Amino acid sequence: MAKTTRTTKKEKDEILSEALDLDTDGFGKSAASSEVVLDLKDLQTHFTTRWGTVKAVDGVSYNVKRGETLGVVGESGSGKSVSALSIMRLVPSPPGEIVSGEVILNGRDLLKLSEKEMTSVRGGEISMILQDPMQALNPVFTIENQVGEAIKIHQGLRGKVLVDKVVDSLKKVRIPAPDTRAKDYPHQLSGGMRQRVVGAIGISSAPSVIIADEPTTSLDVTIQAAYLRLLRQIQQEEGVGIIFITHDFGIVAKMCDRVAVMYAGRIVELSDVRTIFNSPLHEYTKALIESVPKLEEKTGRLPQIEGQPPLLHNLPPGDAFAPRSPLEFTEEDASIRPELCEVEPGHWVQLCRSSVQNFDKYKHLIGNAA
Amino acid sequence: MTTTSQKPQSRNGIPSAPGCSATDPVVSIRNLRKWYNVGNNLLGIGKKTFLKAVDDVSFDVERGKTFGLVGESGCGKTTTLKVLLGLEIPTEGTIFYEGEDVATMSKVGRKEFRTNVQAVFQDPWSSLNPRMRVGSIVGEPLEIATTNTRAQIKDRVSTLLEEVGLNPYQSNLYPHEFSGGQRQRIGVARALALNPKIICLDEPVSALDVSIRAQIMNLLVDLQEEHGLAYLLVAHNLATVRYMCHGMAVMYLGVIQEMGETEKLFDNPMHIYTNALVSAALPSHPDIQRREFLLPGEVVSPIDPPPGDVFMSRTPLEVDKSHKYANERPPLAELEPDHWVVETPWSIATEESGFKVDLS
Repeated sequence: MAKTTRTTKKEKDEILSEALDLDTDGFGKSAASSEVVLDLKDLQTHFTTRWGTVKAVDGVSYNVKRGETLGVVGESGSGKSVSALSIMRLVPSPPGEIVSGEVILNGRDLLKLSEKEMTSVRGGEISMILQDPMQALNPVFTIENQVGEAIKIHQGLRGKVLVDKVVDSLKKVRIPAPDTRAKDYPHQLSGGMRQRVVGAIGISSAPSVIIADEPTTSLDVTIQAAYLRLLRQIQQEEGVGIIFITHDFGIVAKMCDRVAVMYAGRIVELSDVRTIFNSPLHEYTKALIESVPKLEEKTGRLPQIEGQPPLLHNLPPGDAFAPRSPLEFTEEDASIRPELCEVEPGHWVQLCRSSVQNFDKYKHLIGNAA
Repeated sequence: MTTTSQKPQSRNGIPSAPGCSATDPVVSIRNLRKWYNVGNNLLGIGKKTFLKAVDDVSFDVERGKTFGLVGESGCGKTTTLKVLLGLEIPTEGTIFYEGEDVATMSKVGRKEFRTNVQAVFQDPWSSLNPRMRVGSIVGEPLEIATTNTRAQIKDRVSTLLEEVGLNPYQSNLYPHEFSGGQRQRIGVARALALNPKIICLDEPVSALDVSIRAQIMNLLVDLQEEHGLAYLLVAHNLATVRYMCHGMAVMYLGVIQEMGETEKLFDNPMHIYTNALVSAALPSHPDIQRREFLLPGEVVSPIDPPPGDVFMSRTPLEVDKSHKYANERPPLAELEPDHWVVETPWSIATEESGFKVDLS
């Protein structure tokens, strides 16, 4: 029979005071510093399939600063998850291959490390929180065992010290009664608690970067809100950089400092979150933001993006978004491979007539950027 | 202000219930209960324990309108939908279709009921048979429920596919040849095949890509206007509900906590639980920093819930254990026209308590 969660009076008071302590939990404030911890440069990850080479990630560059949250947004097949897997060097090979590029973490190029060195980086300097906590946790081991495993490997702790460190990690992710919960198995925890355990494993070795790949899609709204708040708190305490992969612009609005919008394996726009929402330049970014119904007001008919996401093995040679773009352009315009240019300091847009309005205004930038 | 006791008067034979004021309901659900027996030993000795998935739920779905059910997982919204679809047998309560009790319908009446209540499911990957061609998937309801000839069915399938924005020639393809959004269109076409009066939508867009969601939502809205369809929408995304629904109900632990006109609920959410849901919902712009609060604890198990107000164990306010509603289920009260709330001393959000969310 399922265990009923009973909240003690004290816990209730704590939550209540937290609840009334409005807006002090860091949303809206950025903890970002200017020190770049992870720098991704012109990454190319290709897959060999029977339809030909699929360029899942086609020349992607972004960086994450200490204490910053970078949102990577895009629909399925846009390459957002593959770019993250490439950072961790977890792309299955074959069929996948990281063809070229650099992934610089704290001054080292991860793509040049040996497999053994890479093992100590994974879960140590950089860790990942995946979408489904039930798949990320092993059902036959206790929480203590699984959180402890990561600590044992990366910090070499044993015995009592290890147990203390496990409880400490569980405390950091605000799991109530961490010392008794540590003895539980994953199935004894609720979805939200499980995802917290995954988070505890992620932060246990004080990483510089956490990659969160849609960590809240399987959670309820209320649990999601609590989890996002938790991530933000941990970020402020530990100064960790977060790459948040999502397709939900609500999460972006709430969590991210900067946003990279991806389409068909390339970044089409990259900027700070307010610029993305207030003055997006690429038609795809515009359309994505507008096509989401708003909670704050009754919206009239939603503008929709026509057409389907492109097939990656059969991309048009130039601008991949052109077939869905509402702008007017000639075939020639669409066939030019667009370039990511900095239109304003910190605001990068893939410039082409087929997907950017007022293209002529920015035309002179093309070719200068590189 | 409150109308705690409702006079049981009937309208076309449908008993009235708090919160149900549709003038022309396609489907009326009254005092629906779905309890699952989860404990008692082999011999049936010992105390029976029930998982009360749905406990005394009543609402109307008006013709041509959308009614939304929201709540966290385990609140009973999907079970309610399943009962309406006939996939679960209610423990208690009545479903009225066009004013007629479904349980006592004749064989012909039941068949008519079943052709008129259709469904679109959440996951377009698992809800279409991978071994059937699209034409057979969409045509199957016609084969079963009508006496149409093959040629007629083929014609109808073509029209249906066109109506949902697909090409008639695609009826020869298999589901795996389509993207998620297109598959969901196939699901909609299948639901439309028999010209239903009401379609049950179980999270119809949550499995789709953001850029496709608007397409499907707009398609559903267009079809509603064209055919005068009623929708019963189950969703957990409040923004989707606000966009699509005319009326809505917020459920917690199998019980409706607040219901009424969608806009009234969003303009002035009264129940603390509704406010908690709204405060937890994601903003649509980074400059919107809503005050956010979390309810203590997690969703309580629906097994043997307390006899009184189910929200009692989650409320952040002080509960008076000797209060009437600590031991007795409180009814919905109409606190403003067309806006019904479970009113107890610990369930209403006020400005002073800090649990009121203002969306504007």
